[in-house]
Amino acid sequence: MSAASYTSDEMMTISAARMLRNRQICFVGIGLPSTAANLARLTHAPDVVLIYESGPIGAKPAVLPLSIGDGDLAETADTVVSTPEIFRYWLQGGRIDVGFLGAAQLDRFANINTTVIGDYRKPSIRLPGAGGAPEISSSAKEVLIIAKQSERTFVDKLDFITSAGFLSGGDARKRAGIPGRGPTAVITDLCILRPDPKTFELTVTSIHPGITRELLKERTGWPLRFAVACEETPAPSSCELDVLRDLHRRTCLVHENGEGAHA
Amino acid sequence: MAQWSTLSEAVASLVHDGDSVALEGFTHLIPFAAGHEIIRQRRRRLSLIRMTPDVIYDQLIGAGCAAKLTFSWGGNPGVGSLHRFRDAVEHDWPAPLELQERSHSDLANAYVAGAANLPFAVLRGYAGSDLARTGSHIRTIQCPFTGEELAATPCVRPEVAIIHAQKADRKGNVFLWGILGVQKEAVLAAKHSIVTVEEYAESLDAPPNACVLPHWVVSAVCLVPRGATPSYAHGYYGRDNAFYKRWDAISRDRSTFESWLKEHVLDTEDFAEYLKVLAETGRQVAPA
Repeated sequence: MSAASYTSDEMMTISAARMLRNRQICFVGIGLPSTAANLARLTHAPDVVLIYESGPIGAKPAVLPLSIGDGDLAETADTVVSTPEIFRYWLQGGRIDVGFLGAAQLDRFANINTTVIGDYRKPSIRLPGAGGAPEISSSAKEVLIIAKQSERTFVDKLDFITSAGFLSGGDARKRAGIPGRGPTAVITDLCILRPDPKTFELTVTSIHPGITRELLKERTGWPLRFAVACEETPAPSSCELDVLRDLHRRTCLVHENGEGAHA
Repeated sequence: MAQWSTLSEAVASLVHDGDSVALEGFTHLIPFAAGHEIIRQRRRRLSLIRMTPDVIYDQLIGAGCAAKLTFSWGGNPGVGSLHRFRDAVEHDWPAPLELQERSHSDLANAYVAGAANLPFAVLRGYAGSDLARTGSHIRTIQCPFTGEELAATPCVRPEVAIIHAQKADRKGNVFLWGILGVQKEAVLAAKHSIVTVEEYAESLDAPPNACVLPHWVVSAVCLVPRGATPSYAHGYYGRDNAFYKRWDAISRDRSTFESWLKEHVLDTEDFAEYLKVLAETGRQVAPA
Protein backbone atom coordinates (compact mmCIF):
# COMPACT_ATOMS: atom_id res chain seq x y z
CA MET A 1 0.00 0.00 0.00
CA SER A 2 1.41 3.40 -0.86
CA ALA A 3 1.56 6.21 1.65
CA ALA A 4 -1.16 8.04 -0.23
CA SER A 5 -3.77 5.38 0.46
CA TYR A 6 -4.75 4.27 3.92
CA THR A 7 -7.53 2.43 5.71
CA SER A 8 -10.19 3.99 7.92
CA ASP A 9 -8.70 2.12 10.89
CA GLU A 10 -5.34 3.73 10.20
CA MET A 11 -6.99 7.13 9.98
CA MET A 12 -8.66 6.50 13.35
CA THR A 13 -5.49 5.38 15.12
CA ILE A 14 -3.44 8.22 13.67
CA SER A 15 -5.96 10.93 14.55
CA ALA A 16 -6.20 9.52 18.06
CA ALA A 17 -2.41 9.47 18.42
CA ARG A 18 -2.24 13.14 17.42
CA MET A 19 -4.38 14.04 20.46
CA LEU A 20 -1.64 13.05 22.90
CA ARG A 21 0.93 15.72 23.68
CA ASN A 22 4.55 15.10 24.52
CA ARG A 23 5.29 14.58 28.24
CA GLN A 24 1.66 13.98 29.14
CA ILE A 25 1.00 11.19 31.65
CA CYS A 26 -1.38 8.76 29.97
CA PHE A 27 -3.29 5.85 31.51
CA VAL A 28 -3.73 3.44 28.60
CA GLY A 29 -6.45 0.89 27.92
CA ILE A 30 -5.57 -2.25 25.96
CA GLY A 31 -6.36 -2.56 22.25
CA LEU A 32 -7.05 0.55 20.17
CA PRO A 33 -6.00 3.05 22.90
CA SER A 34 -2.70 1.24 23.39
CA THR A 35 -2.00 1.26 19.64
CA ALA A 36 -2.69 4.99 19.38
CA ALA A 37 -0.70 5.86 22.51
CA ASN A 38 2.33 3.90 21.32
CA LEU A 39 2.10 5.48 17.88
CA ALA A 40 2.19 8.90 19.58
CA ARG A 41 5.26 7.80 21.57
CA LEU A 42 7.00 6.65 18.38
CA THR A 43 6.20 9.84 16.46
CA HIS A 44 5.57 13.31 17.91
CA ALA A 45 5.45 12.48 21.64
CA PRO A 46 8.63 10.54 22.52
CA ASP A 47 8.43 11.53 26.20
CA VAL A 48 4.79 10.67 26.77
CA VAL A 49 4.52 8.49 29.90
CA LEU A 50 2.41 5.38 29.34
CA ILE A 51 0.86 3.73 32.40
CA TYR A 52 -0.99 0.39 32.19
CA GLU A 53 -3.35 -0.76 34.92
CA SER A 54 -1.36 -3.98 35.40
CA GLY A 55 1.39 -1.89 37.03
CA PRO A 56 4.00 -0.71 34.47
CA ILE A 57 4.74 3.02 34.66
CA GLY A 58 6.59 4.56 31.72
CA ALA A 59 6.23 1.47 29.50
CA LYS A 60 8.00 1.60 26.12
CA PRO A 61 7.00 -1.71 24.53
CA ALA A 62 8.89 -2.75 21.41
CA VAL A 63 5.71 -4.21 19.95
CA LEU A 64 2.03 -3.81 20.85
CA PRO A 65 0.98 -5.83 23.87
CA LEU A 66 -1.70 -8.46 23.28
CA SER A 67 -2.80 -8.38 26.91
CA ILE A 68 -2.81 -5.61 29.48
CA GLY A 69 -0.04 -7.35 31.40
CA ASP A 70 2.43 -8.52 28.74
CA GLY A 71 5.97 -9.01 30.04
CA ASP A 72 7.35 -6.52 27.52
CA LEU A 73 5.43 -3.75 29.33
CA ALA A 74 7.14 -4.64 32.62
CA GLU A 75 10.59 -5.00 31.10
CA THR A 76 10.53 -1.64 29.32
CA ALA A 77 8.88 0.35 32.14
CA ASP A 78 10.59 2.84 34.45
CA THR A 79 9.05 0.95 37.33
CA VAL A 80 6.39 -1.70 37.92
CA VAL A 81 4.04 -1.33 40.87
CA SER A 82 1.24 -3.51 42.21
CA THR A 83 -2.32 -3.18 40.94
CA PRO A 84 -3.63 -1.61 44.17
CA GLU A 85 -0.83 0.95 44.01
CA ILE A 86 -1.61 1.86 40.39
CA PHE A 87 -5.21 2.66 41.26
CA ARG A 88 -4.61 4.22 44.68
CA TYR A 89 -1.47 6.34 44.33
CA TRP A 90 -1.24 7.00 40.62
CA LEU A 91 -4.79 7.22 39.30
CA GLN A 92 -6.82 8.29 42.35
CA GLY A 93 -3.81 10.31 43.48
CA GLY A 94 -4.52 12.67 40.59
CA ARG A 95 -1.32 12.03 38.64
CA ILE A 96 -2.92 11.12 35.29
CA ASP A 97 -3.32 13.77 32.59
CA VAL A 98 -5.14 11.64 30.04
CA GLY A 99 -7.15 8.45 30.36
CA PHE A 100 -7.28 6.68 27.00
CA LEU A 101 -10.27 4.36 26.69
CA GLY A 102 -12.11 2.19 24.21
CA ALA A 103 -15.88 1.60 24.37
CA ALA A 104 -18.27 -1.23 23.49
CA GLN A 105 -21.11 1.29 23.43
CA LEU A 106 -21.41 5.00 24.07
CA ASP A 107 -24.16 7.59 24.01
CA ARG A 108 -24.36 11.26 22.98
CA PHE A 109 -22.97 12.37 26.35
CA ALA A 110 -19.98 10.03 26.05
CA ASN A 111 -21.15 7.70 28.79
CA ILE A 112 -19.68 4.23 28.22
CA ASN A 113 -21.24 0.77 28.53
CA THR A 114 -18.95 -2.26 28.81
CA THR A 115 -21.24 -4.28 31.10
CA VAL A 116 -24.39 -5.72 29.48
CA ILE A 117 -26.70 -5.50 26.50
CA GLY A 118 -30.24 -5.91 27.78
CA ASP A 119 -31.39 -6.24 31.36
CA TYR A 120 -28.60 -6.40 33.96
CA ARG A 121 -30.09 -9.43 35.75
CA LYS A 122 -30.81 -11.36 32.55
CA PRO A 123 -28.64 -9.85 29.83
CA SER A 124 -28.93 -10.85 26.20
CA ILE A 125 -25.18 -10.22 25.92
CA ARG A 126 -22.87 -10.21 28.87
CA LEU A 127 -19.89 -7.91 28.17
CA PRO A 128 -16.59 -8.14 30.09
CA GLY A 129 -17.42 -5.47 32.67
CA ALA A 130 -15.83 -2.40 34.13
CA GLY A 131 -12.16 -3.14 34.54
CA GLY A 132 -10.40 0.10 35.37
CA ALA A 133 -12.65 2.34 33.27
CA PRO A 134 -15.04 3.87 35.89
CA GLU A 135 -12.16 5.30 37.91
CA ILE A 136 -10.08 6.21 34.85
CA SER A 137 -13.00 8.19 33.45
CA SER A 138 -13.54 9.96 36.76
CA SER A 139 -10.00 10.51 38.07
CA ALA A 140 -7.98 11.28 34.91
CA LYS A 141 -7.81 15.02 34.23
CA GLU A 142 -9.29 14.35 30.80
CA VAL A 143 -10.41 11.32 28.81
CA LEU A 144 -9.96 10.36 25.17
CA ILE A 145 -12.21 7.68 23.72
CA ILE A 146 -11.39 5.72 20.58
CA ALA A 147 -14.07 3.52 19.00
CA LYS A 148 -15.23 2.40 15.57
CA GLN A 149 -18.41 4.21 14.67
CA SER A 150 -21.55 2.21 13.99
CA GLU A 151 -25.20 2.32 14.96
CA ARG A 152 -24.54 -0.58 17.32
CA THR A 153 -21.75 1.28 19.11
CA PHE A 154 -23.12 4.85 19.04
CA VAL A 155 -26.51 4.29 20.58
CA ASP A 156 -29.41 6.52 21.54
CA LYS A 157 -29.75 5.01 24.98
CA LEU A 158 -27.31 2.84 26.91
CA ASP A 159 -28.59 -0.26 28.68
CA PHE A 160 -26.03 0.38 31.41
CA ILE A 161 -23.67 3.24 32.29
CA THR A 162 -20.42 1.57 33.31
CA SER A 163 -18.24 4.69 33.16
CA ALA A 164 -19.53 8.21 33.39
CA GLY A 165 -19.07 10.72 30.62
CA PHE A 166 -21.32 13.75 31.02
CA LEU A 167 -24.27 11.68 32.35
CA SER A 168 -27.43 13.55 31.28
CA GLY A 169 -25.43 16.49 29.89
CA GLY A 170 -25.09 20.12 30.97
CA ASP A 171 -23.54 20.32 34.42
CA ALA A 172 -24.64 16.79 35.44
CA ARG A 173 -21.06 15.52 35.66
CA LYS A 174 -20.02 18.38 37.88
CA ARG A 175 -23.07 17.95 40.10
CA ALA A 176 -22.22 14.26 40.55
CA GLY A 177 -18.95 15.39 42.12
CA ILE A 178 -16.68 13.72 39.59
CA PRO A 179 -13.17 15.22 39.78
CA GLY A 180 -11.87 14.97 36.17
CA ARG A 181 -13.06 17.06 33.21
CA GLY A 182 -14.36 13.99 31.41
CA PRO A 183 -14.12 13.07 27.73
CA THR A 184 -12.59 15.83 25.60
CA ALA A 185 -12.71 13.93 22.31
CA VAL A 186 -14.10 10.77 20.76
CA ILE A 187 -12.04 9.58 17.82
CA THR A 188 -13.64 7.19 15.35
CA ASP A 189 -12.82 5.69 11.98
CA LEU A 190 -15.00 8.39 10.39
CA CYS A 191 -14.64 11.58 12.40
CA ILE A 192 -13.72 13.34 15.63
CA LEU A 193 -16.45 14.38 18.04
CA ARG A 194 -16.07 16.80 20.92
CA PRO A 195 -18.51 17.80 23.67
CA ASP A 196 -20.44 20.98 23.03
CA PRO A 197 -19.20 23.60 25.56
CA LYS A 198 -22.70 24.14 26.98
CA THR A 199 -24.79 20.99 26.49
CA PHE A 200 -21.82 18.59 26.54
CA GLU A 201 -23.46 16.61 23.74
CA LEU A 202 -20.92 15.07 21.38
CA THR A 203 -20.79 17.05 18.15
CA VAL A 204 -18.73 16.39 15.06
CA THR A 205 -15.83 18.82 14.91
CA SER A 206 -13.68 17.14 12.27
CA ILE A 207 -14.58 14.76 9.46
CA HIS A 208 -12.02 12.36 8.03
CA PRO A 209 -11.25 12.84 4.30
CA GLY A 210 -13.80 11.30 1.94
CA ILE A 211 -16.46 10.74 4.61
CA THR A 212 -19.89 12.30 4.04
CA ARG A 213 -22.22 13.76 6.65
CA GLU A 214 -24.88 11.29 5.48
CA LEU A 215 -22.65 8.33 6.33
CA LEU A 216 -21.93 9.78 9.77
CA LYS A 217 -25.66 10.16 10.45
CA GLU A 218 -26.31 6.60 9.28
CA ARG A 219 -23.68 5.25 11.65
CA THR A 220 -24.98 7.11 14.70
CA GLY A 221 -27.96 6.07 16.81
CA TRP A 222 -28.94 9.62 17.81
CA PRO A 223 -29.67 12.73 15.70
CA LEU A 224 -26.09 13.79 15.12
CA ARG A 225 -25.05 17.45 15.38
CA PHE A 226 -22.17 19.11 13.58
CA ALA A 227 -20.11 21.99 14.95
CA VAL A 228 -20.37 25.26 13.03
CA ALA A 229 -16.62 25.23 12.46
CA CYS A 230 -16.47 21.59 11.38
CA GLU A 231 -13.15 20.82 9.69
CA GLU A 232 -11.64 18.09 7.58
CA THR A 233 -9.15 15.92 9.47
CA PRO A 234 -5.71 16.15 7.85
CA ALA A 235 -4.94 12.88 6.04
CA PRO A 236 -2.23 10.66 7.56
CA SER A 237 1.31 11.69 6.67
CA SER A 238 3.61 9.12 5.13
CA CYS A 239 5.70 9.21 8.29
CA GLU A 240 2.68 8.44 10.50
CA LEU A 241 1.65 5.60 8.20
CA ASP A 242 5.18 4.15 8.00
CA VAL A 243 5.59 4.09 11.77
CA LEU A 244 2.13 2.59 12.36
CA ARG A 245 2.56 -0.11 9.71
CA ASP A 246 6.00 -0.98 10.95
CA LEU A 247 4.64 -1.28 14.49
CA HIS A 248 1.90 -3.66 13.31
CA ARG A 249 4.41 -5.64 11.25
CA ARG A 250 6.76 -6.12 14.20
CA THR A 251 3.83 -6.96 16.49
CA CYS A 252 2.57 -9.68 14.13
CA LEU A 253 6.03 -11.21 13.84
CA VAL A 254 6.43 -11.49 17.60
CA HIS A 255 2.91 -12.62 18.50
CA GLU A 256 2.62 -15.13 15.70
CA ASN A 257 5.84 -16.85 16.68
CA GLY A 258 3.80 -18.57 19.37
CA GLU A 259 5.10 -17.41 22.71
CA GLY A 260 5.36 -13.78 23.76
CA ALA A 261 8.64 -11.94 23.40
CA HIS A 262 9.59 -12.01 27.05
CA ALA A 263 10.42 -15.67 27.70
CA MET B 1 3.64 -22.24 58.33
CA ALA B 2 4.37 -23.33 54.78
CA GLN B 3 4.36 -27.04 54.00
CA TRP B 4 5.90 -28.33 50.80
CA SER B 5 3.37 -30.73 49.30
CA THR B 6 2.00 -31.94 46.02
CA LEU B 7 -0.63 -29.71 44.44
CA SER B 8 -3.15 -32.53 44.65
CA GLU B 9 -2.62 -32.82 48.44
CA ALA B 10 -2.76 -29.05 48.92
CA VAL B 11 -6.07 -28.69 47.07
CA ALA B 12 -7.52 -31.77 48.81
CA SER B 13 -6.75 -30.41 52.26
CA LEU B 14 -7.35 -26.67 51.78
CA VAL B 15 -10.11 -26.20 49.16
CA HIS B 16 -13.55 -27.43 50.18
CA ASP B 17 -16.96 -27.38 48.51
CA GLY B 18 -18.65 -24.03 49.17
CA ASP B 19 -15.41 -22.19 50.01
CA SER B 20 -14.60 -18.70 48.79
CA VAL B 21 -11.46 -19.05 46.69
CA ALA B 22 -9.35 -16.38 44.99
CA LEU B 23 -6.94 -17.42 42.24
CA GLU B 24 -5.03 -14.26 41.43
CA GLY B 25 -2.46 -13.21 38.83
CA PHE B 26 -2.96 -10.18 36.59
CA THR B 27 -2.29 -11.64 33.11
CA HIS B 28 1.06 -12.80 34.52
CA LEU B 29 1.60 -15.84 36.82
CA ILE B 30 -2.00 -17.08 36.58
CA PRO B 31 -2.28 -20.32 38.61
CA PHE B 32 -3.65 -22.54 35.83
CA ALA B 33 -2.30 -25.79 37.31
CA ALA B 34 -4.10 -25.12 40.60
CA GLY B 35 -7.33 -24.26 38.78
CA HIS B 36 -7.12 -27.56 36.89
CA GLU B 37 -6.58 -29.48 40.13
CA ILE B 38 -9.74 -27.92 41.60
CA ILE B 39 -11.64 -29.08 38.49
CA ARG B 40 -10.04 -32.54 38.71
CA GLN B 41 -11.08 -32.89 42.34
CA ARG B 42 -14.58 -31.81 41.33
CA ARG B 43 -15.07 -29.05 43.88
CA ARG B 44 -18.58 -27.56 43.80
CA ARG B 45 -20.45 -24.39 44.83
CA LEU B 46 -17.26 -22.35 45.12
CA SER B 47 -17.53 -18.61 45.56
CA LEU B 48 -14.79 -17.57 43.16
CA ILE B 49 -13.05 -14.22 43.42
CA ARG B 50 -10.73 -12.75 40.82
CA MET B 51 -10.10 -9.31 39.31
CA THR B 52 -9.76 -10.64 35.78
CA PRO B 53 -11.56 -13.95 35.39
CA ASP B 54 -10.03 -15.15 32.16
CA VAL B 55 -9.54 -18.57 30.62
CA ILE B 56 -8.89 -20.39 33.93
CA TYR B 57 -12.18 -19.14 35.40
CA ASP B 58 -13.94 -19.93 32.13
CA GLN B 59 -12.77 -23.50 32.67
CA LEU B 60 -13.79 -23.59 36.36
CA ILE B 61 -17.23 -22.09 35.59
CA GLY B 62 -17.83 -24.38 32.60
CA ALA B 63 -16.76 -27.38 34.69
CA GLY B 64 -19.51 -26.58 37.20
CA CYS B 65 -17.25 -25.64 40.15
CA ALA B 66 -18.69 -22.17 40.80
CA ALA B 67 -21.89 -20.80 42.34
CA LYS B 68 -20.76 -17.20 42.66
CA LEU B 69 -18.22 -14.92 41.02
CA THR B 70 -16.81 -11.69 42.43
CA PHE B 71 -14.92 -9.93 39.65
CA SER B 72 -14.12 -6.73 37.82
CA TRP B 73 -13.34 -7.72 34.20
CA GLY B 74 -14.26 -11.02 32.55
CA GLY B 75 -12.83 -11.54 29.10
CA ASN B 76 -10.25 -13.46 27.09
CA PRO B 77 -7.46 -10.85 26.94
CA GLY B 78 -6.63 -9.81 23.41
CA VAL B 79 -9.19 -12.29 21.97
CA GLY B 80 -12.76 -11.54 23.05
CA SER B 81 -15.53 -13.09 25.13
CA LEU B 82 -15.35 -15.83 27.72
CA HIS B 83 -17.97 -18.17 26.30
CA ARG B 84 -18.41 -20.43 29.34
CA PHE B 85 -18.77 -17.39 31.63
CA ARG B 86 -21.32 -15.88 29.26
CA ASP B 87 -23.23 -19.15 28.94
CA ALA B 88 -23.49 -19.32 32.74
CA VAL B 89 -24.69 -15.72 33.05
CA GLU B 90 -26.94 -15.69 29.99
CA HIS B 91 -28.33 -19.27 30.14
CA ASP B 92 -27.53 -20.66 33.61
CA TRP B 93 -25.34 -23.39 32.07
CA PRO B 94 -24.06 -25.58 33.66
CA ALA B 95 -25.44 -23.81 36.73
CA PRO B 96 -26.65 -20.33 37.62
CA LEU B 97 -23.80 -17.99 38.50
CA GLU B 98 -24.41 -15.25 41.04
CA LEU B 99 -22.34 -12.17 40.26
CA GLN B 100 -20.84 -9.59 42.53
CA GLU B 101 -19.46 -7.07 40.11
CA ARG B 102 -16.90 -4.43 41.01
CA SER B 103 -14.44 -2.16 39.25
CA HIS B 104 -10.71 -2.96 39.28
CA SER B 105 -10.10 -0.13 41.68
CA ASP B 106 -12.81 -1.40 44.02
CA LEU B 107 -11.61 -5.00 44.06
CA ALA B 108 -7.94 -4.03 44.44
CA ASN B 109 -8.88 -1.78 47.36
CA ALA B 110 -11.06 -4.54 48.84
CA TYR B 111 -8.08 -6.93 48.90
CA VAL B 112 -5.96 -4.23 50.57
CA ALA B 113 -8.68 -3.79 53.21
CA GLY B 114 -8.85 -7.56 53.70
CA ALA B 115 -5.07 -7.78 54.11
CA ALA B 116 -5.21 -4.88 56.59
CA ASN B 117 -7.98 -6.55 58.62
CA LEU B 118 -10.36 -3.68 57.91
CA PRO B 119 -14.07 -4.30 57.17
CA PHE B 120 -14.24 -2.05 54.14
CA ALA B 121 -12.25 0.12 51.77
CA VAL B 122 -12.84 3.73 50.80
CA LEU B 123 -12.33 5.00 47.28
CA ARG B 124 -13.20 7.99 45.18
CA GLY B 125 -14.99 5.94 42.59
CA TYR B 126 -18.25 4.91 40.99
CA ALA B 127 -19.73 8.42 40.78
CA GLY B 128 -22.26 8.33 37.96
CA SER B 129 -21.79 4.61 37.31
CA ASP B 130 -24.75 2.20 37.29
CA LEU B 131 -22.45 -0.30 39.02
CA ALA B 132 -23.32 1.48 42.24
CA ARG B 133 -26.96 0.53 41.60
CA THR B 134 -26.77 -3.16 40.69
CA GLY B 135 -28.19 -4.32 43.92
CA SER B 136 -25.13 -3.76 45.18
CA HIS B 137 -22.54 -4.00 47.82
CA ILE B 138 -21.41 -0.43 47.23
CA ARG B 139 -22.34 2.23 49.79
CA THR B 140 -21.67 5.92 50.09
CA ILE B 141 -20.02 7.37 53.16
CA GLN B 142 -19.16 10.89 54.14
CA CYS B 143 -15.62 11.83 55.09
CA PRO B 144 -15.79 12.80 58.81
CA PHE B 145 -13.18 15.50 58.23
CA THR B 146 -14.13 17.17 54.95
CA GLY B 147 -17.69 16.01 54.33
CA GLU B 148 -16.73 14.61 50.90
CA GLU B 149 -18.92 11.76 49.66
CA LEU B 150 -16.91 8.62 48.97
CA ALA B 151 -17.63 5.05 47.92
CA ALA B 152 -17.29 2.30 50.52
CA THR B 153 -16.86 -1.30 49.48
CA PRO B 154 -16.68 -4.39 51.66
CA CYS B 155 -13.29 -6.06 52.13
CA VAL B 156 -12.52 -9.39 50.49
CA ARG B 157 -11.44 -12.19 52.84
CA PRO B 158 -11.23 -15.45 50.87
CA GLU B 159 -11.05 -18.79 52.63
CA VAL B 160 -8.20 -19.68 50.30
CA ALA B 161 -5.96 -17.59 48.04
CA ILE B 162 -4.02 -19.37 45.32
CA ILE B 163 -1.14 -17.81 43.41
CA HIS B 164 1.77 -18.89 41.23
CA ALA B 165 5.31 -17.55 41.81
CA GLN B 166 8.77 -17.99 40.40
CA LYS B 167 10.67 -19.44 43.38
CA ALA B 168 10.44 -20.76 46.91
CA ASP B 169 13.14 -21.95 49.31
CA ARG B 170 13.31 -24.93 51.68
CA LYS B 171 11.28 -23.17 54.38
CA GLY B 172 8.64 -22.08 51.88
CA ASN B 173 9.53 -18.39 51.59
CA VAL B 174 8.13 -17.28 48.22
CA PHE B 175 9.71 -14.83 45.75
CA LEU B 176 7.82 -13.35 42.80
CA TRP B 177 8.61 -10.53 40.41
CA GLY B 178 7.40 -8.79 37.25
CA ILE B 179 3.76 -7.76 37.12
CA LEU B 180 2.57 -8.48 40.66
CA GLY B 181 -1.15 -7.69 40.42
CA VAL B 182 -2.89 -8.24 43.77
CA GLN B 183 -1.19 -11.52 44.68
CA LYS B 184 0.45 -10.34 47.89
CA GLU B 185 -2.77 -8.69 49.08
CA ALA B 186 -4.82 -11.80 48.17
CA VAL B 187 -2.54 -14.07 50.22
CA LEU B 188 -2.56 -11.70 53.20
CA ALA B 189 -6.36 -11.25 53.01
CA ALA B 190 -7.03 -15.01 52.95
CA LYS B 191 -7.24 -17.50 55.80
CA HIS B 192 -5.19 -20.07 53.89
CA SER B 193 -3.01 -19.91 50.82
CA ILE B 194 -1.53 -22.22 48.24
CA VAL B 195 1.48 -21.10 46.20
CA THR B 196 2.65 -23.06 43.18
CA VAL B 197 6.18 -22.25 42.05
CA GLU B 198 8.36 -22.71 38.99
CA GLU B 199 11.44 -23.61 40.93
CA TYR B 200 12.83 -24.75 44.24
CA ALA B 201 15.86 -22.65 45.27
CA GLU B 202 18.38 -23.22 48.05
CA SER B 203 18.57 -19.45 48.38
CA LEU B 204 16.12 -16.87 47.01
CA ASP B 205 18.78 -14.15 46.49
CA ALA B 206 16.03 -11.55 46.64
CA PRO B 207 17.06 -7.89 46.89
CA PRO B 208 15.82 -6.03 50.01
CA ASN B 209 12.62 -4.54 48.57
CA ALA B 210 11.61 -7.55 46.51
CA CYS B 211 8.16 -9.07 46.78
CA VAL B 212 8.80 -11.95 49.17
CA LEU B 213 6.02 -13.70 51.07
CA PRO B 214 7.47 -15.06 54.32
CA HIS B 215 6.89 -18.80 54.82
CA TRP B 216 4.72 -18.21 57.86
CA VAL B 217 1.94 -16.49 55.85
CA VAL B 218 1.75 -19.34 53.31
CA SER B 219 -0.07 -22.62 53.98
CA ALA B 220 1.23 -24.83 51.18
CA VAL B 221 3.98 -24.56 48.57
CA CYS B 222 3.92 -26.86 45.55
CA LEU B 223 6.51 -27.29 42.84
CA VAL B 224 4.68 -27.07 39.48
CA PRO B 225 6.99 -26.09 36.61
CA ARG B 226 5.09 -24.25 33.86
CA GLY B 227 2.14 -24.11 36.27
CA ALA B 228 1.06 -20.72 34.95
CA THR B 229 0.93 -21.62 31.25
CA PRO B 230 -0.78 -20.48 28.98
CA SER B 231 -0.13 -17.26 30.91
CA TYR B 232 3.53 -16.51 31.47
CA ALA B 233 6.17 -16.58 34.17
CA HIS B 234 8.57 -13.67 33.85
CA GLY B 235 12.09 -14.98 33.35
CA TYR B 236 10.88 -18.54 32.63
CA TYR B 237 8.51 -18.70 29.67
CA GLY B 238 6.34 -16.42 27.55
CA ARG B 239 2.60 -16.19 27.15
CA ASP B 240 1.10 -18.87 24.91
CA ASN B 241 -0.91 -16.41 22.83
CA ALA B 242 -1.88 -19.15 20.38
CA PHE B 243 -3.66 -21.07 23.14
CA TYR B 244 -5.71 -18.01 24.17
CA LYS B 245 -6.84 -17.77 20.53
CA ARG B 246 -7.57 -21.52 20.35
CA TRP B 247 -9.63 -21.28 23.54
CA ASP B 248 -12.18 -19.17 21.70
CA ALA B 249 -13.08 -22.09 19.43
CA ILE B 250 -12.81 -24.75 22.15
CA SER B 251 -15.09 -22.88 24.56
CA ARG B 252 -17.72 -21.59 22.12
CA ASP B 253 -19.66 -24.84 22.05
CA ARG B 254 -20.72 -26.80 25.16
CA SER B 255 -19.89 -30.25 23.83
CA THR B 256 -16.51 -29.21 22.36
CA PHE B 257 -15.67 -27.68 25.72
CA GLU B 258 -16.76 -30.77 27.65
CA SER B 259 -14.71 -33.15 25.54
CA TRP B 260 -11.68 -30.82 25.75
CA LEU B 261 -12.04 -30.68 29.54
CA LYS B 262 -12.40 -34.46 29.84
CA GLU B 263 -9.40 -35.23 27.67
CA HIS B 264 -7.09 -32.55 29.07
CA VAL B 265 -8.07 -32.10 32.70
CA LEU B 266 -10.46 -34.70 34.12
CA ASP B 267 -8.70 -37.68 32.52
CA THR B 268 -5.15 -36.51 33.28
CA GLU B 269 -3.31 -37.30 36.50
CA ASP B 270 -1.70 -33.91 37.01
CA PHE B 271 -0.45 -30.77 35.25
CA ALA B 272 2.62 -32.55 33.82
CA GLU B 273 0.35 -35.03 32.06
CA TYR B 274 -1.95 -32.19 30.96
CA LEU B 275 1.03 -30.51 29.29
CA LYS B 276 1.86 -33.73 27.41
CA VAL B 277 -1.71 -34.19 26.20
CA LEU B 278 -1.90 -30.51 25.28
CA ALA B 279 1.30 -30.76 23.25
CA GLU B 280 -0.20 -33.69 21.29
CA THR B 281 -3.59 -32.10 20.66
CA GLY B 282 -1.89 -28.78 19.89
CA ARG B 283 0.10 -30.48 17.12
CA GLN B 284 -3.11 -31.88 15.66
CA VAL B 285 -4.73 -28.46 15.32
CA ALA B 286 -1.60 -26.59 14.26
CA PRO B 287 -1.54 -25.71 10.56
CA ALA B 288 0.66 -28.06 8.53
